[in-house]
Amino acid sequence: MEKIFVLAEHRQGQIRDVTYEILTKGRELAEKTNSELVAIILGKDVKELAKPLSEYAKTVLLIQDAKMAGFNSEAYEKILSKLITEHKPSLVMMGHTSYGMELAPRLAAALNIPLATDCVDLDFKGDAFTVTRQLYGGKVNVKATARKAETYMVTVRQATITVQKPAQPANGEIIEIPSPLTEEIAEKRFIQYILPAIGGVDITSAEKVVSVGRGIKDQGSIPMVEELAKTLQAILACSRPIVDKGWLPSERQVGSSGKTVKPKLYLAIGISGAFQHVLGMKNSDLIIAINKDPNAPIFGFADYGVVQDLFKIVPVIKDKIIEAKKQTS
Amino acid sequence: MDIIVCVKHVPETADAELKIDPSGKSIEIADLVFDINEWDDYALEEAVRIKEKQGGKVTAITIGPQDSESTLRKCLARGADAAIRLTDPKFEGSDAYAIAKILHSIIKNLNYDLIFTGMQAADDGNAVVGPVLAEMLGIPHVTLVKKIELSTGTAKVNRELEGGLEEQIEVKLPSLFSIQTGINEPRYVSIMGIRKASQKEIKVMNLADTGLTENDVGLAGSWINTESVYMPPLEKQAVFLKGTDDEIAIKIAEILKSRGLI
Repeated sequence: MEKIFVLAEHRQGQIRDVTYEILTKGRELAEKTNSELVAIILGKDVKELAKPLSEYAKTVLLIQDAKMAGFNSEAYEKILSKLITEHKPSLVMMGHTSYGMELAPRLAAALNIPLATDCVDLDFKGDAFTVTRQLYGGKVNVKATARKAETYMVTVRQATITVQKPAQPANGEIIEIPSPLTEEIAEKRFIQYILPAIGGVDITSAEKVVSVGRGIKDQGSIPMVEELAKTLQAILACSRPIVDKGWLPSERQVGSSGKTVKPKLYLAIGISGAFQHVLGMKNSDLIIAINKDPNAPIFGFADYGVVQDLFKIVPVIKDKIIEAKKQTS
Repeated sequence: MDIIVCVKHVPETADAELKIDPSGKSIEIADLVFDINEWDDYALEEAVRIKEKQGGKVTAITIGPQDSESTLRKCLARGADAAIRLTDPKFEGSDAYAIAKILHSIIKNLNYDLIFTGMQAADDGNAVVGPVLAEMLGIPHVTLVKKIELSTGTAKVNRELEGGLEEQIEVKLPSLFSIQTGINEPRYVSIMGIRKASQKEIKVMNLADTGLTENDVGLAGSWINTESVYMPPLEKQAVFLKGTDDEIAIKIAEILKSRGLI
């Protein structure tokens, strides 16, 4: 029977959500291709974390080693190379996360396994393996086919697959394998985690958020958006490029590498809606987006959209809100 | 410190309305402005800052047609000492794996202490070339790098994890780092700087210079082949507010008022 490998991702003693998302997709593909779903968990003292995986996977391979106290792609690569060579799975899946991005390309190159990254969908069609990915910050989709191979590898985008707990747990067998790591991990060493600086503003507790993105073009225009935020009694937040440019502090950043917010109002100004940003705001109650590009991905998540030059419309919105407030009082 | 920076010439698409090319395999690029990939811009800046502190040489490399030289000129104006452009009709259709092979064929013969790539390219967003190139060269790599502290033979680097968390890693040199945006503030280039850079030589190399064969590059040498590109289906579609700016603003105020938000 063919095997499908899913690499479990965990950090600080917790299985990360993306693992269950990939297990859900892995189960679907395993059923379709009559394959065995195998979850792999590597780390130090991670035996307890293997149990929830066995609800999804027929087999859970557990390898524990003190050398894997923190995530180390060098150690992971050595172990996975060995497991892939021995078991010859048809597919190896992991998350398109900071861990998957560090590990997958190098592992694929070492074994010459066709790799597609940041996939939003994947499928076996006959003996062809196809994936769906996004280009240009999510503005365009691409369907691609991998070169024919015995094994394929993918990294899967987070939060694109809805987790489905198996109706009947797989009751997978947990098999502990002795660590094959004989030598010290020589090239890379985990030192420590560095926690985000605690800032003065907590955007996650705001009821209303006005968020500004790349469309603002220069730092001098930020006060214009800040004025609107003040008028709305909202907190000013932003997308990544604004923090990268040093125009607002990182505590204001919404997205996968920043904060996740769920306010009653999220007003997105000049934000195109790259997936990384959307992850941090798509569950807001009301989303209004202003962008020049009518096809900006943000309009696929917003309740209301305005296609207009933000420099023209933002001051007018501020004035009309002031007027509306006057009428109320 | 001799540093090689791999850069890509990409269309700026953040504000642009994209259209699918009649081939169905790419977007229409005729009306788009091309520039250095944003992540590579930070990578180049980081390399130049290290050189300015410690001495050494920065070499920028790209793969692409004639017009990608403007990206190399920008690198030279910013402080790169040398530039190489790899180009060949046979490179057409290369995926990240084939691109890494082409870069490897040239870089393996150069001197380097560090190699930088951008964390990903803004167009295809693979985040693959850097680690694959490191594997081919047999040197360690660290992706998503936000901070670099160099010592003799090693470096301490911060990698970006999710949710604002970072991890600090110690890594042996020579090493390849894929650079995340925000690691520095790329400098402004003066007209003088660009003018001076226009005098510098860009070395152009082709398939024959790489020692690779036709089968190593292009579609034949790739892992992944594009079947089709298309506009993504939407989860939902926003209700577009239309009219004059005044009318739109009044509608927004009404929506907010009806929900008790003002």
